[in-house]
Parts: sequence; C-alpha cells; structure tokens
Amino acid sequence: MSVNPHPSDAAGAAAASQIDDEATRRPARSRLGRLLIRPEAGGVVSAILVFAFFAVAAGQNGFLSPLGTANWLDTASDLGIIALPIGMLMIGGEFDLSVGSIVGASSMIVAICAGYYSLNPWIGVVLAFLVAGLIGLANGLIVVRTKLPSFIVTLATMLMVTGGALGVSIALTGSSSISAMTAGSAKTAFASDFHQFHISIVHWLVLTAIASYVMQKTAFGNWVYATGGDAQAARLAGVPVTRVKIVLYVCTALAAALSATNETLTFQNGNITLGSQYVFTGIAGAVIGGVLLTGGYGSPVGTVFGSLTYGIVSLGVFFLGWNADLANFFIGLLLLLAVLANHRLRQLAMGRA
Amino acid sequence: MATPLVELRNVTKRYVGVTAIADLSLELHAGQVFCLLGENGAGKSTVIKILTGVETPTRGEVLIDGAPVNFASPREARERGIATVYQEVGTLPLMSVARNFVLAAEPQRGRGLFRRLDLEEASRIALKSLRELGISRVDDGEQLVGTLSGGERQALAIGRAVHFGARVLVLDEPTAALGVRESATVLKLIDKVRERGVAVLFITHNAYHAYASGDRFMVLRRGCELASFAKAERTIGEVIELMAGGAELKSLLAKGELAVGPG
Repeated sequence: MSVNPHPSDAAGAAAASQIDDEATRRPARSRLGRLLIRPEAGGVVSAILVFAFFAVAAGQNGFLSPLGTANWLDTASDLGIIALPIGMLMIGGEFDLSVGSIVGASSMIVAICAGYYSLNPWIGVVLAFLVAGLIGLANGLIVVRTKLPSFIVTLATMLMVTGGALGVSIALTGSSSISAMTAGSAKTAFASDFHQFHISIVHWLVLTAIASYVMQKTAFGNWVYATGGDAQAARLAGVPVTRVKIVLYVCTALAAALSATNETLTFQNGNITLGSQYVFTGIAGAVIGGVLLTGGYGSPVGTVFGSLTYGIVSLGVFFLGWNADLANFFIGLLLLLAVLANHRLRQLAMGRA
Repeated sequence: MATPLVELRNVTKRYVGVTAIADLSLELHAGQVFCLLGENGAGKSTVIKILTGVETPTRGEVLIDGAPVNFASPREARERGIATVYQEVGTLPLMSVARNFVLAAEPQRGRGLFRRLDLEEASRIALKSLRELGISRVDDGEQLVGTLSGGERQALAIGRAVHFGARVLVLDEPTAALGVRESATVLKLIDKVRERGVAVLFITHNAYHAYASGDRFMVLRRGCELASFAKAERTIGEVIELMAGGAELKSLLAKGELAVGPG
C-alpha cells in the first residue's frame, strides 16, 4: 500500500514497515475503501450490474421505455415495502416467514369488506392493518417469551394465518378470491398512478426515508444494531431487547398490510395466495441489499437496492421474452453471490482483509 | 479508615446441597484495587453475582456507603454504581466505537419526533474516555469495534462503565483470554481507573497480574477465605504458593509421597 520514500534510509524503512504493520491491522481508510465497506455497497453494485445487462439486452424490447421503467419500479416497490422491515428485523437478529401469509390475509380482509360487503374501503383497510398489527405483536411476543428460533415460530404463524384466513373467507363468502372495486380517497391513497408510475413507489420511498432516519439517527436504531449484533451484550448494556424485537415484528406485519392494500385495490382483486412469494423474496431482497443473515449489520438503503435488483431482473426477463421462471434462477444466483460478498465485505470492514 | 463503598459482611450463599461461599467479609474502597484470587469453583463467581444483584445472600449483608441494601435485580446494582465488565461479552464487533460506547445511554439532541442521536458528541466522549485510559491508537469514532485489539475493547467497556457513573468496577477475568502485551494494556487500564477514585474488584487466577496491580488481596478456596492481606505483607512467591495450595504440596513432599522436579 505505502511506498517507502527513502529506500536507502534504514530508519525510514523501519518507520515505513511500522506504518505497514498498522495499515494491515486497520480497515481501509481511503474514501473509496470506506464506500465499499458500507453495508449497501453489494446491493448498489448488483442493481447497477443487472440494470446495465438488461438495458443492453432488453433495451430495444421496451425495458427502458417509461412503461417498462414504471413496471420494474412497481414490482420493486411492492417487494421493497416488505423487504425494508424484513431487513430491519434481520439486522435485529430475527426472521419473519409469516409476512407472505399476512399479505394474503390482509388482501382478503380488504376485498371482503370493500368488495363482498360493499363497505367503505377504509373500513377494510383499517381492519387489515389492525389484524396484521396483532399478528405481528403475537409473533414478537412468542419469539421473545419462548426464546425459540424465530424461523420455527413464524413458520407456525404463517400456516396458522393462511389457514385461518382461508377458513374465515370460505365461511363468509364461499371463495378465496374476491373482486374489490374502489373509488375515492382510498383509491387515491393506495391505487392511483401518475403516468403509469404507481403510488406504491411513493410509499416505498417515504418509508425508506423514515426507516433510514430511524436506523442511522435515533437511539432505537442503535438498539436494533446492538440487539442483532449480540443480544446478551445489548441486554447487559441496558438495551430493552424484547421491546426492540416486538416493535420490529409489528412494523413488518404493518408493512405487509400496506403492500397487500396497494396490490388488492390496484388489481381490484383480493386473493389468499397474494404475497406468498414474499416469504423468500423478502429475505432475498434484504440479503442482496447487504443485510447479514446473522444480524447486526445492514441498512435500509441497502434493501432498496436489493428490491430494485429483484424488480429489474423480474421485468428484464419478461421484456426479453424469456420464460419468467428464469427470473427466479437469476435471483437465486444473485442471492448466493450476495451472501458470499457480504461475508467478504464484513471481513474487510473488520480490517481482516 | 473511610467507609467502604461496598462491603460484604459475613455473607454465606448456599445452593441446594452446596455452600458456595461461607461467612465471607470484604471491603471495597474508593481508589483501591481489591484482588480476588482462587481456582475455578472457589466461589469467585458467587461473590460477583451477589455484588451485582444477580443473587441474594443466604445469610449476611451487602452494604453500600455503610447502609445495608437488598438488590432485587442487576439493574438496581447498576443504578447504585456497581458495573461489571465481563471477559467474553460486552462489546459489539460490527458497531462503531462511538455507537458502542453510548449504547443504551445515547446522547440526543432535538425534541419530539426529531429527537435524534448526537453522533458527534458520542464520538467525542468515546475517544476522550479512551484517551484518558491511555488508548491513543483509536482516533476515529466511526471505526468498527471489531477492528480493535482485545485490550482496546476492554478499555472501551471499562471506559463506558466509568463514564456512565460506575463507582465500583467488577472485572471478571479481564486478562484471561489475552496475550502478554494485551494483558499489560489491561493492567495499565486498571491503574488509570484506580487513579480516578473508582473501587476495583479484580477477579483473576493469575497471581502475577494480581500482584502487579492489586492493593489488597483475598485468596478463596472452596468458598472460604484462605488468606487476606495487603500488598506489602506477602511476596509474589507466597501468593502463588497460597493459590496453588502450596502448603498441601509441601506436606505431601515432606512425606515423600510425591516427587516434584523442576523438569
């Protein structure tokens, strides 16, 4: 790294080697080095790479057109709204596999209220958020009380929520797919668009700004990083670890309800299977965005780029006219690369390059 | 002598079927390093647990500033100024030095919804505290804790405890996992903390480390006080002999039942 200015000077050489010693023990201090060890670096790089690839390969097919751009941004935002809190939860050291089932259940609640019973859509929206919040609260309470791995706890709640929502909707309406027309302020809030750019993109950006602020600039954010880094050490330091986890579970569930409301009112259809893919793509978005599987490291901005990567690949494959299943192949490949890169980035950050 | 900051008076702790410590008394004074020595299972951990409010004594009293207390929880002990730095946990490798230092006591500015971390202040107090403990190599609050050496991490944990009002510092085997140079760093830290008038309880099984920094010593064996003395009263050789059960070894040697050679 450092060049010895006086190769003939023994003292200079000794001093230089001492500096080298220090340098090997310290993390990269250059501006570029600092940028590269930021948690979101991997997500930014992967989003740029897949964008460049599909811009060249599918640019002529409409990928770069305003409609194409709106489409992949829309897909990214639907996932991004969910990947954002999933990423925060993972930074806090926990998983949530039930998030997809909460999307399905919330979708049914909105559609049954607004469609089947023709109530004011806001009633369905409020009810969906309320139910989702309670499920998130239950997830959090069970995880912190039983100290069981969140993987298994939320797998159980996922099955219960899907089964329960299906049972209730069949009993009430005889169907698991309900159409739901909407108009007025609910449509403006959740289903409007501007030149094909959907309102969910705005939701996504606003939530990202809030999440970034909370994670980087508030005491609560500090507690989340500490909780995921080492829950025992955080607890000994005085961090309310259980409260942190419960809040994160509730936020994740509320984000699922928001994504469900957006999609249900946009496609004017509620479906119990809506969002089932988010179980895995949510985690993939967070990890591609630089969140460590083991917790304690990552950033909300990173999950934005992870979600963007997902949106770009999904729509890029579509515009190329390839089989849509190939999109998952690419996402899987990127996920694998991201896990390896995250591991390497963490080593760099710790100065063990 | 001045009233001790913390005192254990005739404390006995019995678990089902086992007496962990029996009729133990000790005093921790401001600006003094009290070394608690003994093998594994001698009762050192039990003393820590009672001092830090994790356990309550079966018999006997804990006194702070001369007044008896009954800690209901570790938090209560912490609030009374008794801080513990553990050997294995305490610092978070993937967090920055500044964020780690202020964890759970974050300096904040702004009000209402805009109440936010004051990271500059966090960085300032973290680096100042480390400098006061003689750690000058760390000059960037944003540096990740994982890049620090073992001794520097101990300094961070100790500095944090002292900054947030610890009057009594319990150090549980702070040098056990460290190399020679890092251990020296920690012993220097202990010295600095003593200079600032903190009472230190230094738990170790390394007689050299204890002798290098201690003012008073107590050797525990099977929950009982084997010896208690000030630094001037014993040589390092005597301390080692006490710890290793030298008297027992000698009596065996005298009977010719055991041969111990230099090789």
